[in-house]
Amino acid sequence: MATTHASASAEPTRRDFLFIATGAAGAVGLAATIWPFISQMAPDAATIATGAPVEFDLSPVAEGQIVKLFWRGKLIFVRHRTAAEIKAAQETDVTSLRDPEADSARVKAGKDQWLVVYGNCTHLGCVPLGNEGAFHGWQCPCHGSVFDTSGRIRQGPAPINLPVPPYAFTSDKAIRIG
Amino acid sequence: MSGHSTYEPKSAVGKWFESRLPIMGLIHSSFVVFPNPRNLNYFWTFGGILAFMLVAQIITGVVLAMHYTAHADMAFNSVELIMRDVNYGWMLRYLHANGASMFFIAVYVHIFRGLYFGSYKAPREVLWILGVIIFLLMMATAFMGYVLPWGQMSFWGATVITNLFSAIPGVGEVIVSYLWGGYSVSNPTLNRFFSLHYLMPFMIAGVVVLHIWALHVAGSNNPSGIEKKTSKDMLPFHPYFTVKDAFALSCFLVVYVWFAFYIPNFLGHADNYIEANPAVTPAHIVPEWYFLPFYAILRAVPDKLLGVLAMFGSIAIMVVVPWLDTSKVRSGNYRPVFQIFFWLFAINAVVLGWLGSKPPEGMYVVASRICTVYYFAYYILVLPLLGLFETPKSLPASIADSVLGRGGSGSAMASGAASSPSTKG
Repeated sequence: MATTHASASAEPTRRDFLFIATGAAGAVGLAATIWPFISQMAPDAATIATGAPVEFDLSPVAEGQIVKLFWRGKLIFVRHRTAAEIKAAQETDVTSLRDPEADSARVKAGKDQWLVVYGNCTHLGCVPLGNEGAFHGWQCPCHGSVFDTSGRIRQGPAPINLPVPPYAFTSDKAIRIG
Repeated sequence: MSGHSTYEPKSAVGKWFESRLPIMGLIHSSFVVFPNPRNLNYFWTFGGILAFMLVAQIITGVVLAMHYTAHADMAFNSVELIMRDVNYGWMLRYLHANGASMFFIAVYVHIFRGLYFGSYKAPREVLWILGVIIFLLMMATAFMGYVLPWGQMSFWGATVITNLFSAIPGVGEVIVSYLWGGYSVSNPTLNRFFSLHYLMPFMIAGVVVLHIWALHVAGSNNPSGIEKKTSKDMLPFHPYFTVKDAFALSCFLVVYVWFAFYIPNFLGHADNYIEANPAVTPAHIVPEWYFLPFYAILRAVPDKLLGVLAMFGSIAIMVVVPWLDTSKVRSGNYRPVFQIFFWLFAINAVVLGWLGSKPPEGMYVVASRICTVYYFAYYILVLPLLGLFETPKSLPASIADSVLGRGGSGSAMASGAASSPSTKG
């Protein structure tokens, strides 16, 4: 269909032009038609609106306690660390870690007692159990990943540390996540 | 679906695959080399348009179902969230809602094409009956889809239509409460309607496969209504009919998207933007436009049970049309008296639709009754008797003759038939 046999020359015919022009216009139209069907899969306006930052009051959280909260549907641990837990986290040899990261890089300066990390195991997303495992941080019940009191991966299949969400202290006893 | 395939795969992988699953050969013989009568006019493009609309409705519908909530307390809001929050949700919903109307416009043209050109006659009776089944499934699907937004028209439409079954003597009330899953149209009703609305398009797709299979056994009817005599009467499906279908589809799509983008609520009812309220019925309740002729027939009969029977009978009677029509000549082009009754029937159907949108009082009821009588008389009296008394015009010797100017065609409806590319040499 792309060529006619009216002449043996390689010169394109008007039909060739029409064929290619129609195909090109059709391809653009098809892409424009498909796009909305892909775009609708994205988070909608209501979902985006509920993703705004959340405030969290730290004052009721006792020393040694781990509380759970949600931001954008994701679980977050807020851990009020004891002096022993802070010491254990700080004295760990960073070079021996799978995902080397100093404890000071995972907390806000001067707020060593507050650890805020995402609460889903970085292996396949289960929720690790607090104060469990060899390092008394967390241990995941699904595939046995062990995290220390800084939320860093120490044993098991998880590849990286529990990530720290974006947050800031709005006062001494309150944080805003997001 | 047309028997032996001449398809020869070129690549080694193609040969390997074809010898294990000859699907490319099936597609090749059904949609590439399949011979069609060379005189098909644009009325024959609506089958392809309908296939496209079914696919379009399924795709937009599956996407809408990703965002819709089938619960009486949340359905209405979830539809509004689709309109406001979901990326392109407004477009997808308008395409789906107007797509239903376009689907029915196309199916009505398709049905009237069949009625005019006698496409239901032997050997295509099963093909025709499968079409009637598809039409019934379409009506059920469209009705249940209209309930899902859970607006006032949704709710009261569901109430009125389900209550039709209460007309059945003895067991009617029980059947209706089983349809509802309760004592009124309520959350269980919405849930099952959503489930069935999602299921039925795939049932339609299944019957469409049978419909095309049956079509490819006898081959397409054509405007002359005579069967193929030599291969000169036929042209391969590709490129002749693929291009013709594609052009007709493009024109159809212009109308479709014009509705969807410029007047998306023209065919709807403002009342359906009010959330369902079981305590208040809208002042003027009518079904969607494509049900109006049947709604008019329902209201034309003063008795509840007989009205329901007349409405369902008006569709059921199409099943026996192949045996009611006694004419030996298929195409209306060669039946001058039939043409008068046919166009009266077509106008009558439109008038019935108009009457269905009017309040059931005064002259409207009288007119509805006259139109209902003619609707049934066309099938029961006109079609059987015309075949016995009418003298048809002489038929062309072959399909090729009918397009090459040696035939006896003279109808306005067939004037588009001369568009066969072969006439240009």
